[in-house]
Amino acid sequence: MERRSLLASILIHAAALLLAAVIVAPIFWLFVMSISPAADLVARPLRWWPGTVDFSRYATLLSTIPNSAGANFVASLLNSILVAGMATVAAVLLAVPAGWAVSRTPSVGWSLSLVIATYMLPPVALAVPLYMALAAFGLLNSVFGLALVYLTILAPFTTWLMKSGFDGIPREIEQAAMMDGASLLATLRIITLPLAMPIVATAALFAFLLGWDEFFYALLFTSDQRARTLTVAIADLAGGRVSDYGLIATAGVLAALPPVLVGLIMQRALISGLTSGGVKG
Amino acid sequence: MSSTWMTTRAWLLMLPLLVIMLAVIGWPMVDTVRLSFTDAKLIGSGGAFVGFDNYLKMLSNNNFQRALYATTWFAVVSVTAEMVIGVLAALLLNQRFYGRTVLRALLILPWALPTVVNATLWRLIYNPEYGALNAALTQVGLLDSYRSWLGEPGTAMTALIIADCWKNFPLVALIALAALQAVPRDITSASLVDGAGPFARFRFVILPYLAGPLMVALVLRTIEAFKVFDIIWVMTRGGPANSTRTLSILVYQEAFSFQRAGSGASLALVVTLIVTVLAIGYGMLVRRTAGSAA
Repeated sequence: MERRSLLASILIHAAALLLAAVIVAPIFWLFVMSISPAADLVARPLRWWPGTVDFSRYATLLSTIPNSAGANFVASLLNSILVAGMATVAAVLLAVPAGWAVSRTPSVGWSLSLVIATYMLPPVALAVPLYMALAAFGLLNSVFGLALVYLTILAPFTTWLMKSGFDGIPREIEQAAMMDGASLLATLRIITLPLAMPIVATAALFAFLLGWDEFFYALLFTSDQRARTLTVAIADLAGGRVSDYGLIATAGVLAALPPVLVGLIMQRALISGLTSGGVKG
Repeated sequence: MSSTWMTTRAWLLMLPLLVIMLAVIGWPMVDTVRLSFTDAKLIGSGGAFVGFDNYLKMLSNNNFQRALYATTWFAVVSVTAEMVIGVLAALLLNQRFYGRTVLRALLILPWALPTVVNATLWRLIYNPEYGALNAALTQVGLLDSYRSWLGEPGTAMTALIIADCWKNFPLVALIALAALQAVPRDITSASLVDGAGPFARFRFVILPYLAGPLMVALVLRTIEAFKVFDIIWVMTRGGPANSTRTLSILVYQEAFSFQRAGSGASLALVVTLIVTVLAIGYGMLVRRTAGSAA
């Protein structure tokens, strides 16, 4: 281990403090806004810490009294869970067989590359025909229509993750089981899938967050409480006539909570996922 | 087991995925090409064939040129800043100091924040009357009176880029950090013994390990930046005076606000073409970098 001078050590700690402040300050401010009385947020000079801590906005947004701000928020929260959830389940169901096929039969791998290349396409290039088609099938402003579109964002990603996962499970294990007389289906069910379960879970979690984050298609294809997702609801709040900035901040905190918690808990899996992606391309 | 059967079986297992992708992405893409040669409206009948009219109008149109410029500016500046700050943060996190583990965990936060929440957060920070940025700058004496950061063409794009950078530099940092940790210790100490200064060490010892993963990050971020829509829509909707109107915003307005599906489609295809050319160009670069680094 090389030794550092005192000066270098001080500089490094100062830089670390600066980086931490840059990362934390905006997020912390979002939280402070959500618990500050409305008057504090429009005061000049601005109060950086509330005189009285006020958690009432969380109760407001999570209440289900009909036609309240809360009812709208809760409806969009449920829509987000429903759309991202359905798309995630479908994306994993498509990804497991497809990922296994590409892993064990590399000669069909080019089709997966093609599927992944669709990531390049800007959503605006698909939006008009999709809008017309969804309208024709009566799937505009529907959680099912939106989930179907999300599926095409999540599935390439989950399939690629499953393929790398299956690559790590030696095919000799499958061959040994089949030598002992197990059918292919039984082998996959008893041997391969249980081994792949951690990857299935990781893929599902990432897929859900991807769906949770989506905004563009939700903005285009939903129009009211029946299908409007959380991201659209928050954008409406931010661009709308809401006079209490704290309420917007509270909605932001609530929407950020699931992905932030998952991110912190899954740190290790996340970083190894990023890097395997970074190295293998 | 014969290899033909293996291949057939593989195709059968991939079939559901391929069918869905063809139906929900392949077909709309083809239909967008068809629409781009018509004067179709968003609602109503199919529209008449107009040949290359939409394309010719677009290329001579000032709006397209301005949007192309705004998109390129946004992409180049924000991606460059993210790469530089990301690598610097990774170099820092590769040192030993108190609280390193905590700081590394914090790095996940901006990245995990949903894009729309990030945009909303910065919109509040930039608020012209009550925002935290105005308050902080006036309270420390750097600013005389409150400014409308997102309301003035001179500052809106920069304000957007800062918000985008803050969310995305951690991704670059995490990728770079993982690559740094793969650099063998004995190589860095050997270069130290050989008397390499910190810059020479970075350029000749560390950078070769970083180049491959960083190229991948660069490709992903550039493609994302050229497609940018969400953060701009939430923060400025392309304003003020269209100064932040990128290509995706322009397509949205053309096709959905003005309901001109035909000319919207031709614009969208040009965006697709630009992103594809970039991706292929980068892809070749990645292959070369990976080849020389190995």
